[in-house]
Amino acid sequence: MSETRPFTMESFYKFVSERKLVAAKCNECGTMLLPPRPVCTKCLSTDFKWVELKGKGKLLSYTVIHVSPVQFQSMAPYTVGILELEDGPHLPGMIRGVKSEKIRVGMDLKVDFDTSIPAQWPLWPRYFFSLPRSPHGSS
Amino acid sequence: MIRKPLVSIVSAGLSKFGRLEGMYGREIFAEAAKEAFERCPNLNPAKDIEALFVGHMGESYEHQGHTGPTLADWAGLLPKPAMRLESACASSGVALRTGIFAILSGMHDVVMVGGVEKMTHRTTSEVTEFLAMASDFPFEQWHGITFPGLYALMATAHMHKYGTTEEQMALVAVKNHHNGALNPKAHMQKEITLEKAMSSRVIAWPLKLYDCSLITDGASCLILTRPDLAKKFTDTPIHIIGSGQASDAIGLYEREELSTLNAGRLAGQEAYKMAGVKPKDLDVAEVHDCFTIAEIIAYEDLGLCKPGKGGSLVEKGATTLDGEIPVNTSGGLKSKGHPVGATGTAQAYELYLQLTGQADRRQVSGVEIGLSHNVGGSGATATVHIYRRE
Repeated sequence: MSETRPFTMESFYKFVSERKLVAAKCNECGTMLLPPRPVCTKCLSTDFKWVELKGKGKLLSYTVIHVSPVQFQSMAPYTVGILELEDGPHLPGMIRGVKSEKIRVGMDLKVDFDTSIPAQWPLWPRYFFSLPRSPHGSS
Repeated sequence: MIRKPLVSIVSAGLSKFGRLEGMYGREIFAEAAKEAFERCPNLNPAKDIEALFVGHMGESYEHQGHTGPTLADWAGLLPKPAMRLESACASSGVALRTGIFAILSGMHDVVMVGGVEKMTHRTTSEVTEFLAMASDFPFEQWHGITFPGLYALMATAHMHKYGTTEEQMALVAVKNHHNGALNPKAHMQKEITLEKAMSSRVIAWPLKLYDCSLITDGASCLILTRPDLAKKFTDTPIHIIGSGQASDAIGLYEREELSTLNAGRLAGQEAYKMAGVKPKDLDVAEVHDCFTIAEIIAYEDLGLCKPGKGGSLVEKGATTLDGEIPVNTSGGLKSKGHPVGATGTAQAYELYLQLTGQADRRQVSGVEIGLSHNVGGSGATATVHIYRRE
């Protein structure tokens, strides 16, 4: 991606508002940073490029949250998990549209986007995880 | 070979833990300080104590920051220098370590370390939100992940990798409630059955109400001095012989492995090496059971058993009061309670009682060496301290 946005978390969420999942790749040592950071934690380089991730991954772990903070009370119970993306990084987020009893460690999920919240710090649009579309429509 | 002491504990104090209605945190801290001063008649607090280091997690609970001088004032220690250390639930473990630094540096001969939190006047939902501030905001809090949620993610991963069961986690709660029922200062002094723990309401699956530590008010403190000065204050000092601390990514998701806390393992290794002791040398331990799965992971990270065997360790009763290595004799965070900023030095207080033979109905016999393990957040901070009797 030929993008010159600063390598910050705000930029990450601005990409989310454009329905893109990105990470910062260090041009010096190749480390993929998600969250993006302005300085590479491996080699201290500040030379990065944005890479768009495929947004597919396997579920490393999950939980169903029943007692939530005030601002999430209307959604509870809801499921959150950590995805191991095919591109390498791990990403935590909500799993939507899947019954909690159907969720399994190791299952395939894809990253989707909810752009109903405008991208303005500290309010950001959210990505979330859902079932990948099956060619047979069975999922 | 067991190494020489870093510092000595000459006194310790603990407030009642529980729902302390109508009291501010500083007033609760004064109760803990009073006990420590009264235990040590040879100490002239205002004259002898040269500095105060206190753990306190959140301004949000009481809308009150600048905790260091506030607590110094209420403990009668003005104008001595006082500072507050914040490392989430490891705040007073870090305050203890900072007090050790202050003495080892030669800057101070006698210091007080401690911690406080006042939480119960807030709703569960508010406390859930305030505690979540110790997790990553942009990627964890923003997506609705709570503290029970983070430990639930570890529990699911541990169950998947090792076959750990919800029953094994519940057995940690049953054990710690048994111990807490013997501790007159514990928040919830009652035994629970396995059935009760298993049938309690879900907080963050697979964690249920009885897998979670308590929202508690409380304060704790210790008086530390140079080992060569300890006998001036008491005939029964307890020596700290090892101290370890490590950090990890604030976001749980950034870690390679979800079924262990790397900071806990590294802090343990550092403390064991410094102390010259091995896990099998421990007679008693207080570990950070903010959730039952955390105690199981602590057994593994501290080398009390092999990785993946923590569930079976509690199942076979090895960590009960009369087991091979009694863990959380105080009742732990689970039953004694978890006023987050006070927890690290409250663990040290229990070890002080055990090693000086003052633990009453929960006293373990023949205790020579103890360990405390205090974790902040989902494991971004961990401190481990090792203690031995005179």
